[in-house]
Amino acid sequence: MTLVLVFAGAIVGAPLRYLVDRAVQVRHDSVFPWGTMTVNVFGCMVLGFLAGLGTSLPSALAALLGTGFCGALTTYSTFSYETLRLVEQKAYLYAVMNVLISLIAGLGAVFLGYALAG
Amino acid sequence: MSVDPDVDVHVPAQRRELARTHGGVLAVIALGGGLGALARYGISLWLPTMPGHFPWGTFAINVLGCFLIGVLMVRWGQRPLLRPFLGVGVLGGFTTFSTYAVETRALLAPGEVPVALAYLFGTLAAAMLAVLAGVALTRKVLGDNR
Repeated sequence: MTLVLVFAGAIVGAPLRYLVDRAVQVRHDSVFPWGTMTVNVFGCMVLGFLAGLGTSLPSALAALLGTGFCGALTTYSTFSYETLRLVEQKAYLYAVMNVLISLIAGLGAVFLGYALAG
Repeated sequence: MSVDPDVDVHVPAQRRELARTHGGVLAVIALGGGLGALARYGISLWLPTMPGHFPWGTFAINVLGCFLIGVLMVRWGQRPLLRPFLGVGVLGGFTTFSTYAVETRALLAPGEVPVALAYLFGTLAAAMLAVLAGVALTRKVLGDNR
């Protein structure tokens, strides 16, 4: 059953990441990967909220929304690949900014999610 | 760049190309994402994250996924359905940024801060080395500089 819930959450999270990334990337004229950062930070907030609920969150919802949806919505592989691409394009400042903002905003979003969960 | 690195967003016509929706692409991304998430879940059962300990399972997932996307983007970076299936779908669903951040926060407790910092920056360093290794090795094997 858990496998079905993880799969169900992920088949929503992964295409949503693609759609949000595309929607964000067409709205600015720069090589900076705002799209991936947007989904990663949003996913961190949602997972922080779910983690903040602790044991009051049913395990079925944790599998569906946490492991499945948030896990598939957020990505480390695209984050690292885009950072490498910025380095290869000699956009060193952007590469460093991408890493710093992702880490700081991601962690900040987790704390915010926890706070929202009370 | 993440979804369509061969499309230049600076060219208005190509930007419009990005805005089109392709049902088939969304379907393969959904399927790939589901499969990648199941693989991640399987590894998390095998190497579960223990409170106060370095999350080796998530670390391995993210570093492996970063190596594989490096290989993928060089080898199959121009394939119209295979790339979104494997890259955006499988590897995007396999690797996770949210679990990494939540696990780091959980380790930010008295006595565990060194583990939190080792995890936060260790994952970052290993992931960047992995994607670089994936790209460089695949270019070397293929004998080109794509």
